[in-house]
Amino acid sequence: MAVMTYREALNLALREEMHRDPRVFVIGEEVGLYQGAYKVTQGLLEEFGPERIVDTPIAESGFTGIGIGAAMVGLRPVVEMMTFNFALLALDQIVNSAAKMNYMSGGQYNIPIVIRGPGGPAAQLAAQHSQSMETYFYHVPGLKVVRPSTPADAKGLLKAAIRDDNPVIFIESETLYALKGEVPDDPDFVIPLGQGIVRREGTDVTVVAYMGMLYRALEAAEELAVEGISVEIVDPRTLRPMDTELILASVRKTHRAVVVEAGAGFAGMGSEIAACITEQGFDELDAPVERVTGESAPMPYARNLEKAKTPSKEKIVAAIRRVCYANGNGS
Amino acid sequence: MPRTPLEPRFTIEHLSILDSDGNLDTALEPDLPADELKRLYRAMLLGRRLDERMVRLQRQGRIGTFAPIKGQEASQLGSVSTLRPTDWMVPSFRETAAMIWRGWPIDKLLLFFAGFLEGGQPAPAQHDLGITIPVATQLPHAVGLAYAAQYRGEDAVVMAFFGDGATSEGDFHEAANFAGVWHVPVVFVCQNNQWAISVPLKKQTHSRTIAQKALAYGFPGIQVDGNDVLAVHAASREAVERARAGGGPTLIECVTYRLGVHTTADDPTKYRTDEEVAEWARKDPLTRFTEYLRKKNLLEDGLEAQVDAEIAEAIRRFEATPPPDPLAIFAHAYAELPPDVAAQRRELAERLQAPPPRRADEEHPPAPPMRGQRMTRR
Ligand SMILES: Cc1ncc(C[n+]2csc(CCOP(=O)(O)OP(=O)(O)O)c2C)c(N)n1
Ligand SMILES: [Mg+2]
Repeated sequence: MAVMTYREALNLALREEMHRDPRVFVIGEEVGLYQGAYKVTQGLLEEFGPERIVDTPIAESGFTGIGIGAAMVGLRPVVEMMTFNFALLALDQIVNSAAKMNYMSGGQYNIPIVIRGPGGPAAQLAAQHSQSMETYFYHVPGLKVVRPSTPADAKGLLKAAIRDDNPVIFIESETLYALKGEVPDDPDFVIPLGQGIVRREGTDVTVVAYMGMLYRALEAAEELAVEGISVEIVDPRTLRPMDTELILASVRKTHRAVVVEAGAGFAGMGSEIAACITEQGFDELDAPVERVTGESAPMPYARNLEKAKTPSKEKIVAAIRRVCYANGNGS
Repeated sequence: MPRTPLEPRFTIEHLSILDSDGNLDTALEPDLPADELKRLYRAMLLGRRLDERMVRLQRQGRIGTFAPIKGQEASQLGSVSTLRPTDWMVPSFRETAAMIWRGWPIDKLLLFFAGFLEGGQPAPAQHDLGITIPVATQLPHAVGLAYAAQYRGEDAVVMAFFGDGATSEGDFHEAANFAGVWHVPVVFVCQNNQWAISVPLKKQTHSRTIAQKALAYGFPGIQVDGNDVLAVHAASREAVERARAGGGPTLIECVTYRLGVHTTADDPTKYRTDEEVAEWARKDPLTRFTEYLRKKNLLEDGLEAQVDAEIAEAIRRFEATPPPDPLAIFAHAYAELPPDVAAQRRELAERLQAPPPRRADEEHPPAPPMRGQRMTRR
């Protein structure tokens, strides 16, 4: 184990996979000479050369489509989006080509591509730069969607994504790049896609959360522990395919669930998880599933407004109290 | 300081070798062997006869909607015939003749247009992509294939097809820009058939030619008479050879005309005149190539009947294909079967095997649920 940042863990995953498999290459804006807008590709141009660390014109649809073309003939591109907000310019390529090519070609052209970059709210990046883009992608059959919350997960999941034979949407977070944690050195350490993890064990309520919201939920859990409410926190890690078994197992233990997500709630991840718990675990529930989500408005620029739009620890605490009927008035 | 011209003035060439009156520019006539000419002619004829037959099959409800090629045979075949099997062909949605040239069996194409998944499945060694519907989105794929060929040190060339309307899409420009910057072996073949559904070329672009768009991206563009198979072949051969030799991409604009409907769901009489169609029918690529071969004494007797028999046989095979297994929808949704998809597959399999559901008017219909009624398993 080595202690490193989330950013370094991603970099290590890329480096190890590029050494392991000559078909892996990185393509995107500023990935080479500039070492990545967020320095995730630091040192890779020097190590692997411009054929494998490919700086591109500013053309998200173009270089995503090029990645798809290269993937069809067996290369394994890792496409970097400067931020996932810009992946909207490549949405047709991702949804109509990457996700469908294997199906439409009767299995002849699978698309082992990884599309990665930061997404979700950060610090004052405002309306067009702070969106939680996973919702746009996990709806689409044919795509896998990953949101790694820790440095170890960043490494293990990125390696799994690169080795996966499907298009994988891999959304990191600007707020986590500097986060430090223990990361296994083993070059064969991979975390299979579709496996969630219990981040904190508890008995009274299940909270499902990932990325920045995971850390806020952990704080909420600490606060509630003082009051005697024992919170279990599940991090799905992969949003599609989702480890619903892990979530349901936790709910069978706690009989209550709260889902936290940074993005707007309407048709969000919380809706999907709440539906899943209702369909498969209705009888286990002692309270309706609660969702704690971002407000339904574009992300404001001002710091205080940004705070108001994003789920706070207080909101999470309040939701947990509600499902535990512990809001002080006995109701 | 004066204004100084930075570049020499660009020029765009138009290439025509065999015109609609049968005049031949012998200096430019490509030295195609007789066998090659005969093969091209047969493919054009087959393309035409199949297209006409497919329109009838569609009208009879035996296949679904498709985009006919009538009038565009020379553009497709003159170009695709310059590829090697190891090169790549990237079609849009109107390249039936080119696809058959590349080895798609006719019955497989019919299966495709009848909605069978296997119709879209290229043979394992076939270097062709399938039909793409979102206009121009196949063009970045073509550049990706070329990049992959370069990456692996292979000398494959990629030929990508698209229409005049497609040149307004961002993906066309992004693909062309990448191809220029990276100098990859791609030949962009634009079948300028004058119409994008009901939108005429002059409403699609204010450029004098489509070919000149290549110049902005730093590679050659040429306009050819797209109804002249010899001109298309000559321009394509030059472009393919240049690409293979490391000379980078080319844009070929084939000036042609869609003599038929946009798709079988379209009625072009609503937006274009009979006179215009008649004018272009006079420039039919097949007529002038027939005359050319007649003069060379290369026309084979009974070819039409032979081609029709081949088509009839393919239709027979196509229609003898049993209906597809509904469970096939899950087979290639992912490279493997993820748990949630596997669960849905199981459920559909059970549903397909289950007896039909009971009807409400049967002997003992289940009682409707009462308000407040709840069955729990806990
Ligand atoms: C991205 C996208 N927009 C719109 C359409 C609908 N559409 C299908 S074909 C077509 C016209 C295409 O014209 P052109 O590129 O000239 O090709 P042609 O049909 O003439 O062969 C349009 C608008 C589509 N398939 N994809
Ligand atoms: Mg057109």
